[in-house]
Amino acid sequence: MYSEKVMDHFTNPRNVGELADANAVGEVGNAKCGDIMKMYFKIEGDVITDVRFKTFGCGAAIATSSMATEMIKGRTIQQALQLTNKAVMEALDGLPPVKVHCSVLAEQAVKATLSDYYRRQGIDPVPIVGELHDPDHGEEGGSCGL
Amino acid sequence: MNKIIYADNAATTRMSASVLEAMKPYLTLEYGNPSSIYSLGRQARSAVENARRQTARVLGAQPEEIFFTSGGSEADNWAIKGTAHRLAAQGKRHIITTNFEHHAVLHTTEALKKEGFDITYLPVDREGMVSASQVAKAIRPDTALVSVMFANNEIGTIQPIAQIGTVCRQKGVLFHTDAVQAVGHVEIDVNAMNIDLLSLSAHKFHGPKGVGALYVRKGPQPAILIEGGAQERGRRAGTENVAGIVGLGRAITDACADIPARNRAISAMRDRLIRGLTALPRVHLNGSMEHRLPGNCNLSFEGIEGESLLLMLDAAGICASSGSACTSGSLDPSHVLLAIGLPHEIAHGSLRLTLGDYNTMEEVDQILRTVPPIVERLRAMSPVWEHLTKG
Repeated sequence: MYSEKVMDHFTNPRNVGELADANAVGEVGNAKCGDIMKMYFKIEGDVITDVRFKTFGCGAAIATSSMATEMIKGRTIQQALQLTNKAVMEALDGLPPVKVHCSVLAEQAVKATLSDYYRRQGIDPVPIVGELHDPDHGEEGGSCGL
Repeated sequence: MNKIIYADNAATTRMSASVLEAMKPYLTLEYGNPSSIYSLGRQARSAVENARRQTARVLGAQPEEIFFTSGGSEADNWAIKGTAHRLAAQGKRHIITTNFEHHAVLHTTEALKKEGFDITYLPVDREGMVSASQVAKAIRPDTALVSVMFANNEIGTIQPIAQIGTVCRQKGVLFHTDAVQAVGHVEIDVNAMNIDLLSLSAHKFHGPKGVGALYVRKGPQPAILIEGGAQERGRRAGTENVAGIVGLGRAITDACADIPARNRAISAMRDRLIRGLTALPRVHLNGSMEHRLPGNCNLSFEGIEGESLLLMLDAAGICASSGSACTSGSLDPSHVLLAIGLPHEIAHGSLRLTLGDYNTMEEVDQILRTVPPIVERLRAMSPVWEHLTKG
């Protein structure tokens, strides 16, 4: 049911763990729905120089977290803001339809972490990052209805 | 990869060598249609009737009370829809069941609800048990049928079927039990237990897939589900799955030959597994320890999600199952785990290991060596575990 790339990122996830000197931390999801993603960024200038994540969830949740963090590591904030769930899915050679919401969660985790970065500097993140939406609460890819 | 450890015997079982041998002639030379009058047909008829006697014998039933079906789901559908449709004409449009039945029952009662039937879903307690007094209280003058599973497929709880049967008999209500998980592990006597209808499926006890049976007590019969030819004494159409039926007969005879001895061997492995895994922090056993199928181990691992656990176990050669949403094809965790009151987040972290005749103590020890580092690895990357352990 999963592509080889998904299985690779699930069994050997990149960037797992916490980051002691992170200056941005974001968490999205809901344990009731079976997935939570937490990301830690170290941002220097406008570059995301280091990334870690922790995820509670299925194989796809772990794989999309791993892939999303790989795709933004060493990139600028502007580039990271343009990361879409579709790009994460394509990089993983696709996801089963019922797992699409995991890629949405990964995109939202990146945005939540960047929002935290702006908030820590007293900047309202909404005009830059946009409103966050939680895929576990009725967005695309299905809802666990809680 | 190492040899696979199959610990999902509640999903299906490996067919035994004796079952395969019994079936072989009917897959090759003995291909006659049991309805044909020439000798090839008569031999097939004789094999089907022999399997019917074998099946009846282990249930304490009469051969003419056994009807072969395509499996457990058809038997459940037939028992429930057939009884409901027959008794609706008498104004009985109420059915009692439980909230943790297999979907073969729950989706059938939901379909009847859409037709206007009134369904009572009895709640199970935290151990996954329903009581005869709950059933007694729910019975009404218009109750057509009570359907309570003999043993639960996920958490393995064995229900007080004899007591429920007594209550139903006293109140004059028909009693159906989905015994798909129980046959071969629990001694069943349809008369002593006052069971009127019983569903079973061959592949759960080392028989072939695609064949099952419905026991129907002599008397008024459920309405026909599969219309067509006059097979199964005109009650269930379709050319008999002769080889499958022969396999069912052999398998049920073998499985019920010495239930206590088989259960002792299997439950010794189960208990070792449960003891070993519940020794890990924040791991809980689901279901009752006392009223439990001999092979069933169902645990919740706090802080991790079941599908991840299954994928990692699979990579280590262990076949298991989970009640997590991600393995159910929906986004909700198992209705059985929710029915026993588990919070969603705990239900997502469930693991079901079901042992059977072909498992060994060495395999149990291998599972006990494999699971803890996987759990540790998944917890180390889980923000939920972080919240749990760091307060």
